[in-house]
Amino acid sequence: MEPGTLSTFLKRGAIWGFIVLQLVFFSIAGKYLSLSDTAFMDLDNMLLLLKQSAPIGIIAVGMTVIMINGNIDLSVGAIFALAAVVMLDSMTWPVFAGLGDWVIPVAWALALLTGIVLGAINGLIVWKTGVDAFIVTLGAMLGYRGLVFMYNGEQPTSHLNWTLVDFAEAQFLGLPTAAWFLLGTVAVVWFIMNRTVHGRNAYAIGDNREAAVNAGIRVGPHFLMNFMLIGFLAALSAVVFYSESGSVNPNDGQLYELWAITAVVLGGTKLTGGSGSIISTLGGVIAIQLLRKGLGHIGADTETVNLVIGLILIAVLFLDRQLNLKGKQELRV
Amino acid sequence: MSQSTPALRLENIVKTFPGVRALDGVSLEVLPGEVHALMGENGAGKSTLMKVLGGLHQPDEGKIIVSEQPVRMASPLDAKSKGIVFIHQELSLASELTVAENIYLGELPKKRFGLVDWQKLYAQTDEILAKLKVGFNAKTRVGDLSIANQQMVEIARALTVDAKAVIFDEPTASLTDAEKVVLFDVIADLKDHGVGIIYISHRMEEIFKITDRISVLRDGSYRGTLVTAKTNEDEITQLMIGRSLDLSRNVNHNELGDVALEVKGLSCGKLYRDVSFEVRRGEVVGFYGLVGAGRTEIAETLFGLREPSAGKILLDGQETRIHSPADAISKGISLVPEDRKGQGLVLGMNCRDNMTLPQVDDLKAGPFVAEGAEVAIFDQYRDRLDIRTPGWKQTVGNLSGGNQQKIVIGKWLSMHPNVLIVDEPTRGIDVGSKSEIHNLIRELAGQGYAVIVISSEMPEVLHVSDRIVAMYSGEIIRTFTSDEVTEDNLIQAISGITPDKAA
Repeated sequence: MEPGTLSTFLKRGAIWGFIVLQLVFFSIAGKYLSLSDTAFMDLDNMLLLLKQSAPIGIIAVGMTVIMINGNIDLSVGAIFALAAVVMLDSMTWPVFAGLGDWVIPVAWALALLTGIVLGAINGLIVWKTGVDAFIVTLGAMLGYRGLVFMYNGEQPTSHLNWTLVDFAEAQFLGLPTAAWFLLGTVAVVWFIMNRTVHGRNAYAIGDNREAAVNAGIRVGPHFLMNFMLIGFLAALSAVVFYSESGSVNPNDGQLYELWAITAVVLGGTKLTGGSGSIISTLGGVIAIQLLRKGLGHIGADTETVNLVIGLILIAVLFLDRQLNLKGKQELRV
Repeated sequence: MSQSTPALRLENIVKTFPGVRALDGVSLEVLPGEVHALMGENGAGKSTLMKVLGGLHQPDEGKIIVSEQPVRMASPLDAKSKGIVFIHQELSLASELTVAENIYLGELPKKRFGLVDWQKLYAQTDEILAKLKVGFNAKTRVGDLSIANQQMVEIARALTVDAKAVIFDEPTASLTDAEKVVLFDVIADLKDHGVGIIYISHRMEEIFKITDRISVLRDGSYRGTLVTAKTNEDEITQLMIGRSLDLSRNVNHNELGDVALEVKGLSCGKLYRDVSFEVRRGEVVGFYGLVGAGRTEIAETLFGLREPSAGKILLDGQETRIHSPADAISKGISLVPEDRKGQGLVLGMNCRDNMTLPQVDDLKAGPFVAEGAEVAIFDQYRDRLDIRTPGWKQTVGNLSGGNQQKIVIGKWLSMHPNVLIVDEPTRGIDVGSKSEIHNLIRELAGQGYAVIVISSEMPEVLHVSDRIVAMYSGEIIRTFTSDEVTEDNLIQAISGITPDKAA
């Protein structure tokens, strides 16, 4: 075995081991503590879990890319809300009145375009001004949220289209629509990051930006593409979620950026960039959702759930650090 | 000096890591008032030994004896309290704090209620600084100091305790010659006060200048101790690598081709002025000068990292402008940067991906990375440059300095450049790999590349160059052919001593 293989394997596998641990724990604990009679590991329950993971999950996949690249995006929650407003409201615009149900793809496209444009604004500012992405997207978070409120004040924006709701609630090959979107996103972005030149360069830039520049890699365009990607994914997340619910409050999507970052970090992506895995982020998303559901299953309330997730996040990072230190000492010759 | 009791003694230190015997019964003895050099190639065990001494690692076997007392070093702080002080190669200072705060970091003198006793702090600090005869005071912000002066702050820190032994780890790596003189004075002063000094360095001139004895490690074991006055470079090198090393002046000239690169009157603000030179295919041109003479800045301009303020760059006779590294690469200019780890390599990536980094875009099949083609390139240059690694999947950060440098060189060779610029080709690389890199540079010139070598090591410049450009304070003082150059006239040129600028 090559040096480092074992520790890499442990790190990659850790999140899935944690998920298995949770499943076992909640299944057994649920027998004694749960108020309901259904087993925790019920198939419907698990499918629901995958569906509920989708909104944060799709954003977290984008956040993984951004963080591997050495940046961060705090504006995703606001992009999520604005894209939702655009999608729901555009279906009521008089221009599209004659389209019938064909308004749906048009509204989707507008929402996704909104996400891409907002992401591109972030990316361009980061690229052209050299201001840290944390600051740029912190500003964007406030600014984009402001746009949401300017749109409809404190009022929710609502529009129910039953064809859309049917689509969103449908199942295809046993999986709910939202789950397909999540898995599809994971697959496509995994491919981008692991098989394309853009993905390779994104890793290199995140690991050592100066060396990447010295290798002739143009850093700015890669930043821009990644911010456009996460903008698109935040909008896609909104499309998936609001196709079903049909109503968006101006405060929706708040803290989504932090949940996404939590999932990404649980999945083992480094905050400093250069290393991380899309698949492990999916694990992180599922682990968080499982924890919420599991704690709910055994009767804990929301406040407790947040406390436990917070503690686990810190514990996981501590373990990861210990594991890393061990790996290093083994390698030092 | 053999009568006095040792300031510090290490006896039969053994330290194993899983699968490696990093130290195999190493002994070392440092007398009070002695400068004792510790030499060995990278990976020979010097740093592990120092980590054991500094309390970062616990030895599996063996004893550490300070002033006749066996001690156990529990932590770096513990080692310091026992009089063992380290001056590290990488400075660990808080640049936003003052000199005084840095020196007494963690031990600030206190008044009642935990308030800092600033008066006492500054008084104590100024007292120590006076001993070192430095040009800054206790209230100077450390970030405003030069690297050499920052090192003085580290040394001042060492003087706050009653040091039995001070360990200098490559202290001159980033110092100018004038700054070295000051450092050596300080070392002589410590020596006069009866402090034992361990001096770790790869630089032979320094070793011969300031040390009394030399202990050599190889492959984790002790190879012997030599008295500096009674030995020579050959003997030391033989102990270190088991064979002798050729570092004489280059006499083999290749057949020269056309002028690949010509620079006319190039200037860049205050960094360098009116620089003109040419490099032919098959030729190695060495740039020699002090740190800050403008050598690296010229390289950075040629690589598109700096905009020149005046002058022309001609590639194959065509005037050109270089806007960015990407532009330089496309025009056939490659730069092996000075700071290999910071500027040259993506340490977390594997060998193959590092090697193909600049051309991964050209290799793609559709939108996808062509991994097969990448492996082929890696294999080709691993064989050609004799890169020792278990395979392309190995993370570059785990390779030795010499092999890392070969990855960087391979990266550029695989792009078939016209001009290869190598900045400090062997910095931080052990002696054995050094000569390999030197031979490689000569070989590349032989294959028709135009090569520029920038180096702060005179033997290196003399050994690899066909012509040597001597720089002083941003100007080219003189260009020597390898037949006319001597150590004396080269040193004079780069110190700004010769008034005539005969080119």
